[in-house]
Amino acid sequence: RRWAELVPESSWSPAVGASKMKVKMLSRNPDNYVRETKLDLQRVPRNYDPTLHPFEVPREYVRALNATKLERVFAKPFLASLDGHRDGVNCLAKHPKNLATILSGACDGEVRIWNLTQRNCIRTIQAHEGFVRGICTRFCGTSFFTVGDDKTVKQWKMDGPGYGEEEEPLHTILGKTVYTGIDHHWKEAVFATCGQQVDIWDEQRTNPICSMTWGFDSISSVKFNPVETFLLGSCASDRNIVLYDMRQATPLKKVILDMRTNTICWNPMEAFIFTAANEDYNLYTFDMRALDTPVMVHMDHVSAVLDVDYSPTGKEFVSASFDKSIRIFPVDKSRSREVYHTKRMQHVICVKWTSDSKYIMCGSDEMNIRLWKANASEKLGVLTSREKAAKDYNQKLKEKFQHYPHIKRIARHRHLPKSIYSQIQEQRIMKEARRRKEVNRIKHSKPGSVPIVSEKKKHIVAVVK
Amino acid sequence: MKARAQSLTAQYLRPKLTHPGPRGNQGPGGQTPAHQRNTGWVEKRKPHPLTAVSSPASPFYAGPSLHGSCFSHALYATELTCTSRAIDGNRNCFAAGTEIAFLRLPFLVHGDNDGEREHQKLLEAISSLDGKNRQKLAERSEASLKVSEFNVSSEGSGEKLVLADLLEPVKTTSSLATVKKQLNRVKSKKTVELPLNKEEIERIHREVAFNKTAKVLSKWDPVVLKNRQAEQLVFPLEKEEPAIAPIEHVLSGWKARTPLEQEIFNLLHKNKQPVADPLLTPVEKASLQAMSLEEAKMRRAELQRARALQSYYEAKARREKKIKSKKYHKVVKKGKAKKALKEFEQLRKVNPAAALEELEKIEKARMMERMSLKHQNSGKWAKSKAIMAKYDLEARQAMQEQLAKNKELTQKLQVASEIEEEEGGTEEKVEELLVPDVVNEVQMNADGPNPWMLRSCTSDTKEAATQEDPEQLPEPEAHEVSENSSSQEVLSELRVLSQKLKENDQSRKQKASSEGTVPQVQREEPAPEEEAPLLLQRPERVQTLEELEELGKEECFQNKELSRPVLEGQQSERTPNNRPDAPKKKKKEQMIDLQNLLTTQSPSVKSLAVPTIEELEDEEERNQRQMIKEAFAGDDVIRDFLKEKREAVEASKPKDVDLTLPGWGEWGGVGLKPSAKKRRRFLIKAPEGPPRKDKNLPNVIINEKRNIHTAAHQVRVLPYPFTHHWQFERTIQTPIGSTWNTQRAFQKLTTPKVITKPGHIIKPIKAEDVGYRSSSRSDLSVIQRNPKRITTRHKKQLKKSSVD
Repeated sequence: RRWAELVPESSWSPAVGASKMKVKMLSRNPDNYVRETKLDLQRVPRNYDPTLHPFEVPREYVRALNATKLERVFAKPFLASLDGHRDGVNCLAKHPKNLATILSGACDGEVRIWNLTQRNCIRTIQAHEGFVRGICTRFCGTSFFTVGDDKTVKQWKMDGPGYGEEEEPLHTILGKTVYTGIDHHWKEAVFATCGQQVDIWDEQRTNPICSMTWGFDSISSVKFNPVETFLLGSCASDRNIVLYDMRQATPLKKVILDMRTNTICWNPMEAFIFTAANEDYNLYTFDMRALDTPVMVHMDHVSAVLDVDYSPTGKEFVSASFDKSIRIFPVDKSRSREVYHTKRMQHVICVKWTSDSKYIMCGSDEMNIRLWKANASEKLGVLTSREKAAKDYNQKLKEKFQHYPHIKRIARHRHLPKSIYSQIQEQRIMKEARRRKEVNRIKHSKPGSVPIVSEKKKHIVAVVK
Repeated sequence: MKARAQSLTAQYLRPKLTHPGPRGNQGPGGQTPAHQRNTGWVEKRKPHPLTAVSSPASPFYAGPSLHGSCFSHALYATELTCTSRAIDGNRNCFAAGTEIAFLRLPFLVHGDNDGEREHQKLLEAISSLDGKNRQKLAERSEASLKVSEFNVSSEGSGEKLVLADLLEPVKTTSSLATVKKQLNRVKSKKTVELPLNKEEIERIHREVAFNKTAKVLSKWDPVVLKNRQAEQLVFPLEKEEPAIAPIEHVLSGWKARTPLEQEIFNLLHKNKQPVADPLLTPVEKASLQAMSLEEAKMRRAELQRARALQSYYEAKARREKKIKSKKYHKVVKKGKAKKALKEFEQLRKVNPAAALEELEKIEKARMMERMSLKHQNSGKWAKSKAIMAKYDLEARQAMQEQLAKNKELTQKLQVASEIEEEEGGTEEKVEELLVPDVVNEVQMNADGPNPWMLRSCTSDTKEAATQEDPEQLPEPEAHEVSENSSSQEVLSELRVLSQKLKENDQSRKQKASSEGTVPQVQREEPAPEEEAPLLLQRPERVQTLEELEELGKEECFQNKELSRPVLEGQQSERTPNNRPDAPKKKKKEQMIDLQNLLTTQSPSVKSLAVPTIEELEDEEERNQRQMIKEAFAGDDVIRDFLKEKREAVEASKPKDVDLTLPGWGEWGGVGLKPSAKKRRRFLIKAPEGPPRKDKNLPNVIINEKRNIHTAAHQVRVLPYPFTHHWQFERTIQTPIGSTWNTQRAFQKLTTPKVITKPGHIIKPIKAEDVGYRSSSRSDLSVIQRNPKRITTRHKKQLKKSSVD
């Protein structure tokens, strides 16, 4: 309550008699604070004058710290394990039209189709004898292709056989050599296989319409570019990555790395960027126009990287490694932001990021397919608007204060299996020793005689035109 | 025609094909592989007329586009080249020969039946001319004339025949001379270059293809860059089309099924209501048809115009309505009133009866106005203004205006009577008019004769003045309070300057002047912040120092001892180091001024060394020093450092707390300051802090602020995207929470970078998504048009498999 005030009348209204002095109460306009109905929100007048709100930075810092801690508390990425295969899962494929369906091929030639929402297997096919080397879906989602150790390429219908029908492939192509990988074109009825050479097939024909070679080696995987669909990339066991142009029916360029590349994956949002999963524990992101230096070297794995897949947003990718873990890397960072592992997960052979960019699937040696959240602490399901606002705010706070040492420490903290942990320590020591030696060598030799090679260029042996 | 041309070429080329070779008589059926093998070779020789025809290097490319006859020649020619290549021994000459053949080919192809006939005729005529050469001419065949193995061109075969030419062989000169010459030329000619090997050809192919692809890809550069830098990306990128069909489609697709529907349908049909196309009823259609075309057009135009005008008017009105400026509306209103008045005047002149009517109308409106309480400060707006009136001058004015208007309206003032008065004129009414006028005037504006109002008015203005004054007055005060030091500095500067002027005179008079002046200056200002004046003063000082130096040289030792360290300090700029004990002498140790340092007596230890150094010193050195001095005249490192240190010391000193409250225990108000006594009473002196660590280190500043406990929480290295620490600090300083920001700003600040819709498939980016035109040709069609580049190895395998 305010005290009454004496106001000389003349100062505000000449309409009333001038000689009188009027006692006037300081009045408040009820319009400003009375609600029209009970259901209205209370009007809270706010003054955003920064002088009235001191300690904004410390308060936000504490909020950021709490958000970071809560993120770690709620980081429970493991969702489900799909078991049923009777041998290691060798390859995975996404359904292009249906988010809930995935396909997997195992080392015993069995292909299974899974429903992710029900988390069960909906179909089982004995597709090949020996390994299922590669599996890919047609862009329309009506059929899929498998290649196996039995030198065959088989096309299957996505829907199961009707009652009384036998499980049979739509087409079977018997090849001369073993096919080690397959990928389907993103728009047309064309697929590519690899083995001794990269073959491009028309779906309607039993002979390849085009086959491209560059030297003699066994090519382990071939991938179509999802954006510029006539481009292909392959990696071979003689340590090289070769790019092809389907339209001009010729290889384009070859880059030879230190060690063998297991797979490559194209960025679905950036036509010329691809990432290669290498045996030397690293991943290399290349701009295909400048192969002599990778755009980024991603290192964190402690064993060979076996598979890589991009998030459909093109901002991150996930890699599967022989070290029994999968890691998520931002495209522009050399260190991973996340590592997933479980006690029971063995060497991870294949990994896929789902098309809604929310989940990650990985198939591993011990016959299981695991489903993970792409964002470990994300709350699943529908969020209310307040929850969403709080989530966004926390996210921004974490970003804002990410460089502060305590927050950084908490955000980076991960529990790792002992094997990986000790391996990391060991490799750190080795790396440090190597670095020291190099520094010493430079120090004790004639200036300029020992060239300083950057980490990026160190692993590139040559680029062949 | 094609057949003829072919036979011709066959005739011409046959002599060449007689050479025994592995592929000598290869038919057209077996030419493809041979051609393939040699594509590179053929392609290398660009100027070759044939390759110009079959440049795509592949029959698949060339095939459909070539004209029939040309194509057949091309095939022959290729065959020929292969043959000539196969023969090792005399490859060169064959190659040359074939070249000639090619050169001739197009000519031959175009050679028509008529031309041939004419030529034959000509030959016959020539033969008839000269009986001696007849036999010879008959022997010469076309083939040998035109296609020679040794690049021997048959001269004049294409030219017109002149009599002189014909007479030439009559002369005794041997015709073989030119031929010999040409033969020599052939011998001297170099061999044709070897074709590149397969690897190199492939390499070139690859390089070309790579460049092409890189160019195609680089169109994505701007898109990629934009997406990388985007504040927010929403996935999926492509907009999904809403599955709502237009109503016509739905209606046309609909059919009556149930009996009820059918019944309604029938009814509608009976009434000729539109069912499928609901745009026009049959009646409307009929009426449309009934109208003549021109009429319809005119009507349409008229309607259009009306509609346009209406829309313009509406837009204008809307725009004007949106204008928030009250002043504008006032002006508009006034303008309208004026206009109305003018019109009324005009009307009165032109048509008095109508004017009267109008007047009555106005009067009625006035009455209505009087009856309503519109202008009596009772409306919502008026109430709100009443609340504001106390604080806001404008609101007060607005209220007053309204009141005035009210008075004006409620006045019993008859405009009509005015007219009457003009017409006739009655005094009473004039009086009536006058009386309320005065009253009104007094109430309307305070300028009336009412002394009270007058007083209040003047007081008002006074108040306003005083109100304005405090606004202006406290500002400098605040300025003084906040930037006390700076203003003091300015003041002291002025003072110092004035003193300098005096001192200059004094210093000229007194020789040991500088010693005396500086303490004086210091006595005057407790805080010695007089950088600018000192700097100004500097040249003069240097002058005096130099004078001193000279004095020292010339005169007594005392002076030398004094001047030497001074000079050293000035020149080598390390005086503070040398003088750890100097501050002790001063009362304010921290306030050492360079000038003081320079001019006070130096310790004897230093001065002992002086004479020896001085002896060593020679003219050159001094010159150099002088030069350095001149070069670095501007930047005074010592002074800067000292200033910095002084500031650091000042900042680290505990501050006194002033708890005086103005207006408590004494009169307060604008322009009054609390008394000195009170200020003294409520000033809490800060306790003297511990001595600074760098107290005795004149050339060191030790920052005592750093706290290791807080350092653990601070960012040590500037994070990556930031280039300067203040950028980073600023981002940290701006809060993003809703506590400090409005709702809108909060939402904007916390928008996530990537938004994905749950349950939506995100497809790879497409050219159409970003506005590019995707290539119309499908990859497949291109590849099918391209040759099957199956390697021979693969081919063999295929053959084997087919055999199996």
